[in-house]
Amino acid sequence: MGTTMTRLQPKNRVLAWVEDRLPVLSFLNAHTSGYYAPKNFNLWYYFGSLALLVLVNQILTGIFLTMHYKPSAELVAPGISAAFASVEYIMRDVSWGWLIRYMHSTGASLFFVVVYLHMFRGLMYGSYKKPRELVWILGMLIFLALMAEAFMGYVLPWGNMSFWGAKVIISLFGTIPLIGDSLVEWIMGDYLPADATLNRFFALHVIALPLVLLLLVVLHLGALHEVGSNNPDGVEIKEKKKPDGTPLDGIAFHPYYTVKDIFGTGFFLLIAAFIIFYAPTFGGWFLEHDNFLPANNLATPTHIKPVWYFTPFYAILRMIPSFFGTAVWGVIAMFGAIVLLFLLPWLDKGMVKSVRYRGTGYKVALGLFALSFIMLAAVGAGVTAEKIPEWFGEKADATFIENLFGRFWTLVYFGYFAFIWVYTKFGFEKTKPVPERVTTHD
Amino acid sequence: MANDAVVDKGRRRFLTATTSVVGGAGVALAAIPFVKSWEPSERAKSAGAPVLADIGKIEAGQKVTFEWRGLPVFVVNRTKAQLDTLVTVDARLRDPKSDNTAQQPEYAKNEHRSIKPEWLVVTGICTHLGCVPDFFPELKPEPFDPQWKGGFYCPCHKSRYDMAGRVFDGVPAPANLMVPKYHFVDDTHILIGVDPGKEAA
Repeated sequence: MGTTMTRLQPKNRVLAWVEDRLPVLSFLNAHTSGYYAPKNFNLWYYFGSLALLVLVNQILTGIFLTMHYKPSAELVAPGISAAFASVEYIMRDVSWGWLIRYMHSTGASLFFVVVYLHMFRGLMYGSYKKPRELVWILGMLIFLALMAEAFMGYVLPWGNMSFWGAKVIISLFGTIPLIGDSLVEWIMGDYLPADATLNRFFALHVIALPLVLLLLVVLHLGALHEVGSNNPDGVEIKEKKKPDGTPLDGIAFHPYYTVKDIFGTGFFLLIAAFIIFYAPTFGGWFLEHDNFLPANNLATPTHIKPVWYFTPFYAILRMIPSFFGTAVWGVIAMFGAIVLLFLLPWLDKGMVKSVRYRGTGYKVALGLFALSFIMLAAVGAGVTAEKIPEWFGEKADATFIENLFGRFWTLVYFGYFAFIWVYTKFGFEKTKPVPERVTTHD
Repeated sequence: MANDAVVDKGRRRFLTATTSVVGGAGVALAAIPFVKSWEPSERAKSAGAPVLADIGKIEAGQKVTFEWRGLPVFVVNRTKAQLDTLVTVDARLRDPKSDNTAQQPEYAKNEHRSIKPEWLVVTGICTHLGCVPDFFPELKPEPFDPQWKGGFYCPCHKSRYDMAGRVFDGVPAPANLMVPKYHFVDDTHILIGVDPGKEAA
């Protein structure tokens, strides 16, 4: 662990020649067989490597999609843009185009599935705490870049949900006092989402953001390998070492965890393949039905909603009413929901990392926090709007009930951060003793 | 090789600072064309001309949507019954007197928010986040409002407006629907984008 890199001396003369000039093999060795990770990783530790796998999938399938896609909103037939037509062309006429597109669209949703589980793992085992604050911050930056990447990718097919999604999200910036309106025009390059908008989103989606994402991923892993991985017990394995200086409870990432991750990869690919081949729209959750209609600037889809992975934040936006003549509060709350996650390493003052040894209050709070995320997702996706008239009868004031429900879970979401600060700052937490070594050592 | 003893640190700091400042200013100035390239192009700007709308065939109670600068403009021929509902909802509105002057020209700052009482002309863009509200003209309870008196309902975030485009209280939208500049050319035509008494540019 750490940065000290053993210089390898390959037997092969060509490799030795390269290694003397650029120590590639030594670098790879230091980050694989030379990297010692705790031996007690469980199922939750699959999602980091799976996120990397999906990133590779998105880049590879994305490159091939750009070979056929046309980022143009100009009409090629009445009401049909070149962009929309080119996506249908990929689906119908390009050999295996449907597979490549479904791998990309399913990959986008599964990216968020694994990233959300990966983040929840971090919350459960306190992986954001000292000394891993920077690993967490870099991870959160990846999450932000990923959301921007996903949003712009969703705009590219130029379906009706692409258009209205773009309109709503860009309008968020219009709520900023004074500069809002001109900022919105600047982002769109027109008075409504148009050809200029589509073109620049394409450039950002395929060049700018992927470069940023790759850089952030390298930094995330670099920061992780510097301080070493956390584990389900939240103990620092570096503190107990073997005579050779490697951690007593550590095992080499390669071959032990590469093999474990290959097993996880196989299982993951099985699920992904099932979705790609049998349920690529996933009942309208991964690809929304309204996006199979071409963009129409004069007709809003009846139920406008973002793709599922944005729905919890979207619900927070919707639940905050405007006051003092501005709608900026919902936007502030929505971004605040993400900013608070950035600040978590400093809000949580508890010394114990893993949920296994933390106080009951923390366990309950974490459970409620996860539940609030799911409930807000349901509100944002319009599930509650659809079900409330069924449950309470057509006469009921559905908006009122939904607001009550949504605002309650919004409070729980934000309450989590307030609670853990108070809970840990003023010594209310009664923790259990943390073991000296990981609990499952030999 | 320079000798440490003769390094003039003050001079070195000065040169580093001035190089950074001049270089930074250069980078900032060079960024201007790139930032400016995102503004609406000349082609996009020229597409924003006024629109002449023929309203002669709009029946009483009917709404027709015209397009101006890529925005939907609703023109509604309001019935007497619909106009009568306006006073009854005043208490549930955020800005019943249209005091927010940014949302309409002076000539539309009145109870019916229009030049002629029956003709409502508003931009069909929700003041929350820019969706197009749906038209629910009927005076009957709706799932989103049991006391509905007719008006506009935004499917995106459930903002509601009355038959004069005035926003209800307690919804996400902060302001009334925008009334664009317009005037009557004759009894059956309006010009959207130009104030009364002004020539089309």
